[in-house]
Amino acid sequence: MEEKIEKHTIAVLVDNEPGVLARVIGLFSGRGYNIESLTVAEVDNAGHLSRITLVTSGTRMIVEQIKAQLDRLVPVHKVHDLTDEGPCVERELALVKVAGTGDRRIEALRLADIFKAQVVDATLTSFVFELTGTTVQVDEFIGLMAQLGLVETSRTGVLAMSKGPTGF
Amino acid sequence: MPEQKLTGAQIVIKALKDQGVDVIFGYPGGAVLPIYDALFQQNDLRHVLVRHEQAAVHAAEGYARSTGKVGVVLVTSGPGATNAVTGLLDALCDSIPIVCLSGQVPTHLIGNDAFQEADTTGITRPCTKHNYLVKDVNKLARTLHEAFYVARNGRPGPVVVDLPKDVQFADGIYVPPMEVKHKTYRPQVKPELAKIEEAVELMANAKRPVFYTGGGVVNAGPMAAKLLTQLVKMTGFPITSTLMGLGAFPASEPQWLGMLGMHGTYEANLSMYNCDVMINIGARFDDRVTGKLSEFAPGSKKIHVDIDPSSINKNVAVDVAVVGDCAHALEDMIRIWKAKQKRADQAALKQWWGQIEQWRARNCLNYNRTETVIKPQYALERLREHLKGKDFYITTEVGQHQMWAAQFLPFDQPNRWMTSGGLGTMGYGLPAAIGAQIAHPDAIVVDISGEASFLMNMQEIGTAVQYRAPVKIFILNNKYMGMVRQWQELLHGSRYSESYSEALPDFVKLAEAWGCVGLRAETVAEVDGVIEKMLAVRDKPVIVDICVDPKENCFPMIPGGKAHNEILFGPEDSPADATPEDGMVLV
Repeated sequence: MEEKIEKHTIAVLVDNEPGVLARVIGLFSGRGYNIESLTVAEVDNAGHLSRITLVTSGTRMIVEQIKAQLDRLVPVHKVHDLTDEGPCVERELALVKVAGTGDRRIEALRLADIFKAQVVDATLTSFVFELTGTTVQVDEFIGLMAQLGLVETSRTGVLAMSKGPTGF
Repeated sequence: MPEQKLTGAQIVIKALKDQGVDVIFGYPGGAVLPIYDALFQQNDLRHVLVRHEQAAVHAAEGYARSTGKVGVVLVTSGPGATNAVTGLLDALCDSIPIVCLSGQVPTHLIGNDAFQEADTTGITRPCTKHNYLVKDVNKLARTLHEAFYVARNGRPGPVVVDLPKDVQFADGIYVPPMEVKHKTYRPQVKPELAKIEEAVELMANAKRPVFYTGGGVVNAGPMAAKLLTQLVKMTGFPITSTLMGLGAFPASEPQWLGMLGMHGTYEANLSMYNCDVMINIGARFDDRVTGKLSEFAPGSKKIHVDIDPSSINKNVAVDVAVVGDCAHALEDMIRIWKAKQKRADQAALKQWWGQIEQWRARNCLNYNRTETVIKPQYALERLREHLKGKDFYITTEVGQHQMWAAQFLPFDQPNRWMTSGGLGTMGYGLPAAIGAQIAHPDAIVVDISGEASFLMNMQEIGTAVQYRAPVKIFILNNKYMGMVRQWQELLHGSRYSESYSEALPDFVKLAEAWGCVGLRAETVAEVDGVIEKMLAVRDKPVIVDICVDPKENCFPMIPGGKAHNEILFGPEDSPADATPEDGMVLV
């Protein structure tokens, strides 16, 4: 019995209609699947289409089941397992608020520069950094900021897209 | 032609007619009054007034399952919709096509905790195949047609359309069904030919094959059942079926092994356990069928035909997965079997059948025949004799009587057997019988019932009387919730906690109070006479109280957590080692 837990990034194209997100989330909670992150926004205004990117984990059988269950929802157009379908780009955006003065403040700014984070708000005692990167990079940055006066974090969760010329 | 403006309520009626609906099962209330008013002003749609909304859905299920059409339900907002929820989930679990229209408070009051307001789409989301809230009258017709499309296509299921009262009053444009095409929902009906070829190859090389078929064959229509029969006869393989699939293959054929699963026959379960190639057509490896998963048909290659890709590899990993409609898959299998001039390994098959005959000779459905008390199995055997050659439909409630009915009543045609398989809803049988009787007014419709299940929806006797539906309620009265008692006996030291049916009514007097016929059999000698009298009544419902052995248990039984080869045959099998501890937690 293969019981290895795999992590998969799945993109789902859905009709942008009321209740569609509830259907997806209800499916995960009702059947006991994991959601590590989930993002959703309209991607085609004229076609009323939204794209959900979700990161989930489970055995191979569970992951296949998750995709089949998603695909069975009536408003779902397409389900793509980006992890399975070859190389893909994954990015997260984070806003990170850090408060402090003196050396800690200077160190936070220096690290932000290394991580190519933007300062999107500044006061004499605080910064809000905007950082885009992989989940690991964002984790690392937040880990460092935790020692330098981290106040709060807001993250988008993973967005992903396959590499190469072909589309969804 | 200028576009015709209709009120929302009129659009509902027109859409239902255009969808070929002739009967609606429903219950009025404030939020659906405009639709009831429109119903009043027409004569094409018949409305059957139930006594509780749950029963409206079960009646529609009985109607749908016995006709192959979509069952239609109409309920009001709030409690009307919440009462329907059990029925909706029942239909979802058993893949029955239902369109349920529910009233809703006017759009401007939604979310205000208005009188009789419920978040119906929210509540029914996990209990339906799909649901809609219609806020714009101009989208109403399209949505209704879509609802029918979704309910009947792919794996069938219930669809709710929630209709705010102001939308029912508003004027809008009607569009006919053919102008509506669904944007996304296109289930795969035709299977991949390569997969079929793979399946046929496996079948032709099988030494110990078995067909394991399910409700999907019934759902795929009478043609699928014919094709299944043809394929089974062509190959010469044995066949068993799930509870939901009974009737798709004629029970009178010698290749029929009986039902499989927890209360299935010895020969069916052992054939599954020992097979080398399993051909699953339209069944879903439900836990009631598989028993202990790690020991389910060990060493077998498995073919699985299902229209729902999410059913494949869900519980049991299979070797050949065929996504598609059962009728199409069966047709392709037959064609390719013939084209490739396949023939089963006759020597191996002969040996296999020899083995199966030995298991059959165990006569696992045998019971302790006696003259002193009516055994429930005996009552059903007598009913079977009296039904021979007649045009009959059987529904059941849930429990021991349901399993005995599945074991002892033979079905030679699909759509004749209606039971709550997936959800196991007590109270299903009576309303389902009414729905089946409305669809088949001249047929004999019998609800095999237990005294406890009957009490759960007995208010529907009123519906049966009102519409002169002469349903027969055949109560195997053992004064216990028999299946609960059986499990308490097996697993909980015979501590019969709350499973005794105290304070039962006199069922004969109850029948008389409703103007029905009430009959009772208390001795073995009375059984035949009572069944004869019951079947002779053609103009009103009959309640039959068969006072059966209160201690009888349903065997064979595979206790929870056990494998197909660990069968209990009767009370002499020790219950102490019946179930391992990890099996105790299973239901």
